[in-house]
Amino acid sequence: MVITRYHPVHALLYLAVSFLSVGMIFLSLGAPFVAALEIIVYAGAIIVLFIFVVMMLNLGNETAQQEKEWLKPKVWLVPSALVLVLLAEMLLLLFSGNQQVMQVSQVDPRKVALSLYGEYIIAVELIGFLLMAGIVGAAHIGKHRKPSLHRFLQNGDAEKERASALQQETIPNEQTVLHD
Amino acid sequence: MTDSVNMVLMVATVLFALGLVGVLTRKNVVFMLISVEIMLNAAGMAFVAAGSKWQQPDGQVMFLFILAMAAAEVSVGLALVLQIYHQHKTMDVEDLKELKD
Repeated sequence: MVITRYHPVHALLYLAVSFLSVGMIFLSLGAPFVAALEIIVYAGAIIVLFIFVVMMLNLGNETAQQEKEWLKPKVWLVPSALVLVLLAEMLLLLFSGNQQVMQVSQVDPRKVALSLYGEYIIAVELIGFLLMAGIVGAAHIGKHRKPSLHRFLQNGDAEKERASALQQETIPNEQTVLHD
Repeated sequence: MTDSVNMVLMVATVLFALGLVGVLTRKNVVFMLISVEIMLNAAGMAFVAAGSKWQQPDGQVMFLFILAMAAAEVSVGLALVLQIYHQHKTMDVEDLKELKD
């Protein structure tokens, strides 16, 4: 569903549904900490980041056409139907009443934290470096590059422009003189 | 137990294939980034399934690393998308052949 939509916002809605269902799969695998992180980080942060960029891009004439379709119910009908399927599954499991305990072998967050800060401490620091580099890179790439030159270069460019303007002024004069 | 792990691995494979098809077929840069996110998510799901099978926390640790890497990647990628759109006024990768300014 995500890869066949034409409008980015539709694709992002389906992507949010996909992330929510993957989080439910993690919960059923016995990894509640990772499931919470999946929903918070993916369905929270990354979706918001994509939506910000889609809003900032402001895709021109496409948006004018999309505005007409924007209020139609078919835009949000299918994603909300998929979310309702998830909700119906949860309600069915809550109120079905069969107390058959699923054989879930849970890996609790305590073991994850001990392993994370025990044997993987170098990797944690490396991932911190990576996030720092990501922040700095995004801030550097994303800022608008203004043509701000050094003042020496600005003076040089001004003189060059003046000189080229003088040449362009003189050359037609010679041509007109020759023609005359 | 192993049955559910096999099912989750199959779901992860299908998600990865969907993301790969998305990367290969779409020409909009934003959609390609979304597909890459799907592929990373599928890889993390395979890690968590494997860690749940062998009762080790290493799978979840690897998923945390994948998640942080995906966050960094998507921030830099979206900044690049903004810059490309400001310079070329297009999102089509067919139009972005030039590496120079």
